[in-house]
Amino acid sequence: MTVFWIATLGTSLVAFALKYSGHSVPDRWLSHPKIQRVNALIPIALLSALVAVQSFSEKAKLMVDQRLVGLMVAIIALLLRAPFPVVVLSAAVSSAAVYRWF
Amino acid sequence: MSKDSSATLRDSLSVSITVGAYGVAFGAAAVANGFSVLQSCLLSLLTFSGASQFAVVGVIGAGGSALSGIATASLLGVRNSLYGVIMAPRLKVRGLRRILAAQVTIDESTAVALGQESRGDEAVRKGFWYTGIGVFVFWNLFTLAGALGAQAMGDIRAFGLDSAVPAAFLGLVWPRLIGNFERALAISCAIFAIAMTPILPAGLPIIATAFIAIAMGLKK
Repeated sequence: MTVFWIATLGTSLVAFALKYSGHSVPDRWLSHPKIQRVNALIPIALLSALVAVQSFSEKAKLMVDQRLVGLMVAIIALLLRAPFPVVVLSAAVSSAAVYRWF
Repeated sequence: MSKDSSATLRDSLSVSITVGAYGVAFGAAAVANGFSVLQSCLLSLLTFSGASQFAVVGVIGAGGSALSGIATASLLGVRNSLYGVIMAPRLKVRGLRRILAAQVTIDESTAVALGQESRGDEAVRKGFWYTGIGVFVFWNLFTLAGALGAQAMGDIRAFGLDSAVPAAFLGLVWPRLIGNFERALAISCAIFAIAMTPILPAGLPIIATAFIAIAMGLKK
């Protein structure tokens, strides 16, 4: 099995187990304030790391290319309170323009 | 249909269509990162949790192992457990219905359901099911469209897909950066991940930031 298949099926299996367990365990297990707090912070950490790695690396190499422009445009769009699809599209269009013409 | 009931349906549908449309970005991102159209669609059908799906394709696309992809996606999926805890006493379902309810327990279905509380218990349940099923249908249709679109593109950089993926992550994290503490955490984790990328095996710099979050969360 390729890494893609293992990742696809493994992620799906764990995702469902997590969802189903929430519906089945007594709520006192997961309602502790510290667990709630950590749970709110984990997505911030992982998603920020993903933004950075996906913007400035290729495999294990760091690099700055057209994606920097896309990222900056996305930040501007978010500061202007643009909806999600506009953020993604404006990043893509600006990055593609830099890639094609520079 | 009563006035409240149609308001619940309207809330659910508008969320389903807007959120479902992000599926285009996911489908395209998955294919851009080397997943097949079938694998992209299976992730949307079976994993069905946006942030986790983006994370696994992001980590694998960056050269990470299957295990680090699964681990990163799973850490992002933990919040669905907490949503399950919140929703279970409100839905009161067993057997097959509980399995279905678990599968559509995501940010949006929980948020819309809780948003209906002033309209009564029945509206909470309807909000959950309408939104959960609505997002599921649109998310999967749009994933297929995005995956097929990306497959037809060839050089994804010429279409800016390499930037669409980080922009999608940024769009997901942005609403969570509500205070200085959250913003400081986000910036430290971004810097940490970049600094570790040339040193650690791919995928690990990302997962490692979860431990920064855990340490900071327990300390505070």
